[in-house]
Amino acid sequence: MTALLAATGLRYTYRRLAAVDGVDLHLAPGAQHALIGPNGAGKTTLLHLLAGTLRPTGGRIRLAGRDITRTGPARRARLGIARSFQTPALLDSLTVLDNLVLAGWRHTHASGWAPARYRHLAGRALADLDALGLADQARQPAGTLPHGQRRLLDIAVALTGAPKLLLLDEPAAGLEDADLRRLRAVLRGLPPETAVVLVEHNLDLVLAAADTVTVLHHGRILATGSPHDVAADPTVREVYLGGPIEAVR
Amino acid sequence: MSGADATIRPAGSGGMGRGGEVTAAAAVAMDPTGEAGIRAPRHGSRLPVTVGGLVATALASARGVIGYAVLGLLAAGAGAVADAYTTVTLARILALGLLAVSVAVVTGWAGLPSLGQVAPFAVGAYTAALLARAGHPIGLVHVGAALVAAGLFAAATGLAVVRTRGTAFLMVTLAVGELTAAVAARWTSLTGGSDGLAGIPATRPVWGVPALTDDRHVYWYVLAVTALVVAVTVAVLRSAAGLLLTGVRDHEARMRACGHPVAVYLLAAYTGAGAIAGVGGALLVSAQRYISPADVGFEVAALVLLAVIVGGTTSIGGAFVGAGLIVGTRDWLAGPWPGHAPLLLGTVLIATVYLLPGGLAGLIDRLRQRAARLGVRS
Repeated sequence: MTALLAATGLRYTYRRLAAVDGVDLHLAPGAQHALIGPNGAGKTTLLHLLAGTLRPTGGRIRLAGRDITRTGPARRARLGIARSFQTPALLDSLTVLDNLVLAGWRHTHASGWAPARYRHLAGRALADLDALGLADQARQPAGTLPHGQRRLLDIAVALTGAPKLLLLDEPAAGLEDADLRRLRAVLRGLPPETAVVLVEHNLDLVLAAADTVTVLHHGRILATGSPHDVAADPTVREVYLGGPIEAVR
Repeated sequence: MSGADATIRPAGSGGMGRGGEVTAAAAVAMDPTGEAGIRAPRHGSRLPVTVGGLVATALASARGVIGYAVLGLLAAGAGAVADAYTTVTLARILALGLLAVSVAVVTGWAGLPSLGQVAPFAVGAYTAALLARAGHPIGLVHVGAALVAAGLFAAATGLAVVRTRGTAFLMVTLAVGELTAAVAARWTSLTGGSDGLAGIPATRPVWGVPALTDDRHVYWYVLAVTALVVAVTVAVLRSAAGLLLTGVRDHEARMRACGHPVAVYLLAAYTGAGAIAGVGGALLVSAQRYISPADVGFEVAALVLLAVIVGGTTSIGGAFVGAGLIVGTRDWLAGPWPGHAPLLLGTVLIATVYLLPGGLAGLIDRLRQRAARLGVRS
């Protein structure tokens, strides 16, 4: 079976500093892959390279066999790569509902005139908001939501287009227990064919959600394997025990 | 002030009821009390909509239409009672008002502060002036040709312009505006140079109608074309197009990450805004029957940006009120208080920025909210 995502030898150099330095990443459909590592390890940069917001200075990226190395972020999104942002990225002056409508606008198969498309998407969005516990806020401007709800909406926006690959950048950061439970439920409820790349400091979430963990250090892969194997890896333990590593708390 | 109802804003508070059509989603968004009774559907895409929601939506859009109609009638009536100088000034305000609308679309809706909308305005004005001098007196032809020429010009320059953002965008658009004014001043054989093009024959609105020699008739013609352009612009901004532009303005990276071709949207907005400015240029030529580089120079660009800030950057009605205030301050106060117009305009700008964030449209919104709160309390 062909890999959904095949990134080989990815490099990103910024002012002679290699933020990502020869990373290989292969994901099958439905894989749940966590990226951990200390701050500055290159996790977010790697997500940017996969999302297309940064152009790699070396290496290749293929999505379902198609070379997307030089494809821009909007096209990649239409090909099935969705993402959340480290700081939730919402359309603050628009309503929560309209945020979800615009998220699905380029993906929907509801053809025809814009009002029909809007109706179709708004109907689906209301059901999604209900599942997230945000139905009461549907008509509120997104800018008025508290942090936890902003994060959940940001992820809901990413999921609206039914992506093949979902890139999550620290989705648990700043979430309180109730929202964290909702986030876990969302991750559990993903369609089985949706692959996830999860950058996360919350190790509980990583252990619960990921089937593979990759540890990045100075832009390189230190170890990769099942959460259990990686936790037992002597190199990882040595690096992590040697200094304050946020991922191991 | 009737301009209150003529204010439109990004779709943040409203859905997209297009034209007379009422969408369920618009009913959701426009019903502030939540009485529309929209519930999350279990299956399919159709939303259950109550009569209350439909009525609320119909009232909301009817109120907007009535607001514009009242404003239009007031403007038409003003032409009947005003003296000749005032009538011509009002016509020029309308033409500059369309230029201000063009700036509002690019600056307020697309979020790109532009000093260059005078460029397509100039293209439209000179196109109309040259056509009129070449023996084509029909206003419809002037307006159509100006719209197409300015739109094409904006599309061509837009390819370079919409790649930039923020201050760079401001500077690039300033350069486009200045270069266009420079071409108008230097290409003497075509534009008459800095002397401009004078002796433009009176406009005939359509075939079979006599030429408009009475200032009042000219004003009504300018008003009618302006009303048409405003109606189309408002309809487009209230459609999905306005929603998409607001999304781009709010968070470009998010829109891209959702698959939206942001550059295409911005180019479309810039082109449409250019076409609006072009029509404004053609109307200016009909109103004053003269065009020179001074009509399309930096001073006009700066004044119109000022007008849009004063009116409220996303408000189409505000753009006209702002243009009226600016031209009024400059042209009427120049009589009793000569030489002090720039000082007054500067004061107006500073007062607006400090006292009226959101411009006049923002002030009206706040007054309305306060009235609503008082209404709830009593």
